Amino acid sequence: MNTPNEHATKSASMLSKDNLLLLVLKLRTFIALFLIVGFFTAMVPGFLEPSSLIIMVKHIAINAFLALGITFVIITAGIDLSIGAILGFCGMVAGWLITKGIVLPMLGIAIFPSIWLVVPMVLVIGGLIGAVNGFLITRYNVAPFICTLGTMYVVRGAAMLLSGGETFTGLSGNPQLGNTGFEEIGSGKLLGLPYAIWMMFVLAAVIAYIAKKTQFGRHVFAIGDNEHSAELSGVKVNKVKVWVYTISGLCAALAGIVVSSQLVASHPATGIAFEMNAIAAVVLGGTSLAGGRGSITGTLIGAFVIGILADGLVMMGVSEFWQMVVKGVVIIVAVIIDQKQNRLQHKAAIVKQT
Amino acid sequence: MADAQTDIVMRAEGISMIYPGTVALNAVDYRVHRGKVNVIIGENGAGKSTLMKILAGVQQPSSGRIFLNEAPVTFSSTRDAASHGVGMVHQELNLFGNLSVAENIFLGREKQRGLMPLDTTEQHRITRELMARLNQAIEPSELLANLKVGQQQLIEIAKALADQADVLILDEPTSALSKTEVELLFEVIRDLTAQGVSIIYISHRLEELMAIGDHITILRDGNLQSEALIKDIDVPWIVREMLGNDPVSDFLPAERTFGDPVLEVRDLTLVSPTGLTLVDDVSFDVKAGEIVGIYGLMGAGRTELMECLLGLQRYVGDITLSGTAVNEATSTSERIQRGMCLVPEDRKKNGIFPVSSVSNNMTISSLWRRLKHRFTIDETAEAQAVETAIKGLSIKVSSPEIEIRALSGGNQQKVVIGRTLLTDPKMLLLDEPTRGIDIGAKGDVFNMMVSLSQKGIGVLFSTSDLKEIMAVSDRILVMSGGKLTANVSRHDATESALVSASAQGL
Repeated sequence: MNTPNEHATKSASMLSKDNLLLLVLKLRTFIALFLIVGFFTAMVPGFLEPSSLIIMVKHIAINAFLALGITFVIITAGIDLSIGAILGFCGMVAGWLITKGIVLPMLGIAIFPSIWLVVPMVLVIGGLIGAVNGFLITRYNVAPFICTLGTMYVVRGAAMLLSGGETFTGLSGNPQLGNTGFEEIGSGKLLGLPYAIWMMFVLAAVIAYIAKKTQFGRHVFAIGDNEHSAELSGVKVNKVKVWVYTISGLCAALAGIVVSSQLVASHPATGIAFEMNAIAAVVLGGTSLAGGRGSITGTLIGAFVIGILADGLVMMGVSEFWQMVVKGVVIIVAVIIDQKQNRLQHKAAIVKQT
Repeated sequence: MADAQTDIVMRAEGISMIYPGTVALNAVDYRVHRGKVNVIIGENGAGKSTLMKILAGVQQPSSGRIFLNEAPVTFSSTRDAASHGVGMVHQELNLFGNLSVAENIFLGREKQRGLMPLDTTEQHRITRELMARLNQAIEPSELLANLKVGQQQLIEIAKALADQADVLILDEPTSALSKTEVELLFEVIRDLTAQGVSIIYISHRLEELMAIGDHITILRDGNLQSEALIKDIDVPWIVREMLGNDPVSDFLPAERTFGDPVLEVRDLTLVSPTGLTLVDDVSFDVKAGEIVGIYGLMGAGRTELMECLLGLQRYVGDITLSGTAVNEATSTSERIQRGMCLVPEDRKKNGIFPVSSVSNNMTISSLWRRLKHRFTIDETAEAQAVETAIKGLSIKVSSPEIEIRALSGGNQQKVVIGRTLLTDPKMLLLDEPTRGIDIGAKGDVFNMMVSLSQKGIGVLFSTSDLKEIMAVSDRILVMSGGKLTANVSRHDATESALVSASAQGL
């Protein structure tokens, strides 16, 4: 029999070609990162100097905190638009606690908590705002987009109200009050690298571990893939969702602390539109907005692509307006490639199966 | 009206429909009598739906010819069939709740020219005429969502009539209707036949067919089995013709021993938010090692009963699992951990996680059983469990890491079954486990049910296929309109008794 053999070899060769393409597509964010780095190395003198690299990665870290936090939300097919506002608000809360303290009018005193208390308090507040999002979404069945759009405005407004729109300056604290050291978070270094960069990698490792190795991580993916099935399989859908938004809020609070510490000041308008950059990083990293599919490493690489692109273009002297255009094009191309990859992957799976 | 006067409005000659691997229809001749209710019946997979889809232009036959008023016709689409006066009302309503009655009826063929606005006056006039024909006082501007299900069904009929339908195909029109709504529908059908419209009526409810039908056609395994006048026949005859006399294949070994009851259900009642009683005061037991089948038609409450058992619905009643009470507030995940597990009916909607791997699909319900330090998933144990399950259920899969949507329906179903088995259930619930899977996989599923029961697991499964229920149940429950209408051991069960129990109270 000649034909079946021929057919088999033909489909095998097609398969290997498809597989190669699939591999390229799967590694696309990596490849894009290399291309971008290569491009800027060629175009910008001194692009790979350690000092400029460290500055770039420091910028990336802020976006990475937000992007890592929101990845779980997006994997459950949700969205969180409030993270930029939570970042700003939490920075303001930190500023308030350091400069004004907790005022107790009935006793006529103000308590100035130490930095070791300020940071956990701010993180808890960020987590609580996230939990409120999750609660509204699950309990009252509000669409995540609308719910977090609402909390975005509320939280941003609250940040403005904290200071009447003013900036809290002088966050280094007062030695007499024992609340110094806040700026260490932003300026301190370990083995020559700023804390923010270490924090980014640690956070990525923790989130990746949760995603891959824990029951919670599996449940997150299951909810995004098919919520009905998840319910029937005994996943506590609402509980998991509340946690997912809590993590997102927590990460935004962390970003808020780092930003205000780096600036040694907190301004209520910090973080406007940061959520968009975070979403872009997640999507670039191959996480599907439709849910059920995504990776934490992908998100981290996505944040690097966006960050390097932005800083590289600045160093090249490209106008801010063109930077926006380039970023937009990159995001759209990434999503088109993602669709292509899905189709190919499905096809490859079927071929492999039969 | 004498029989000699009735003539044939539509005729199909030698219709065959061949799908890769199966013959859905084998040279079927079919006649539709003018101005009569032509009933067509057959088991699932007998070919009724395929035949109707061909007559309504949804599908084109592999071979055969269709005559309308003795003139040969071919329908390339439903629109084409409609222009010849053949309309079909599908089982699921295709209506839009946010549009008015008139807008629903004229959807896709609005009275409008060029850039002129919609001619609402004309649409409403025609709608009012149609409503008069159906004897309904429904305002054309009424929002569809405000109508009862029965009225919505009539709007579907009105849609077909708006196309000047001469032949009207009704596919299980009563499956979602209450008793009074069925009466209303029957009145409308009688009116329409008096107006000269010919009706083709598909239903599984035999009592209904006897009440409304004039002519009956029975299909079996893609062949025309028999034709008769309803007044000449009775229910047992229909069952005989439908099922044939082939011996029912038996998956159960001769000697079966059961243990103590695993599942005890007492006075279980579920009322829907709209006030319908979906499960009505149901009580039964399932013993360890026993396979209990629930037979019933669509909408009999089987799925709802299973959902109550798993805690997905807010029910009233007592459920006891292996001697300990499960109260209403016990969450689904806790019920699963205590040994109750469900294989849902709609695999696509409620069963699989399409873009997740086979392995993840399989272990999602039982992750809690394989944790290191109560936190981390033990991946070695997981891989082992998946491998054992794949072997044990003979799932054809090249690698457990493959996405489940690449698998065939039967293999997907086995993965879902594997998921429930990995939770180490004491009580396994399977809702229509053989829906949409091929015959080989069906056999595998049945054999698996039997071997599980021999390990002492209680099995409760539902089906609307009589042969299946006879093949694997130790005991048979029949549900009808939410009530339990029969609870018999298999040896005492007869097919016609089950069929009439499934139509009780309808």
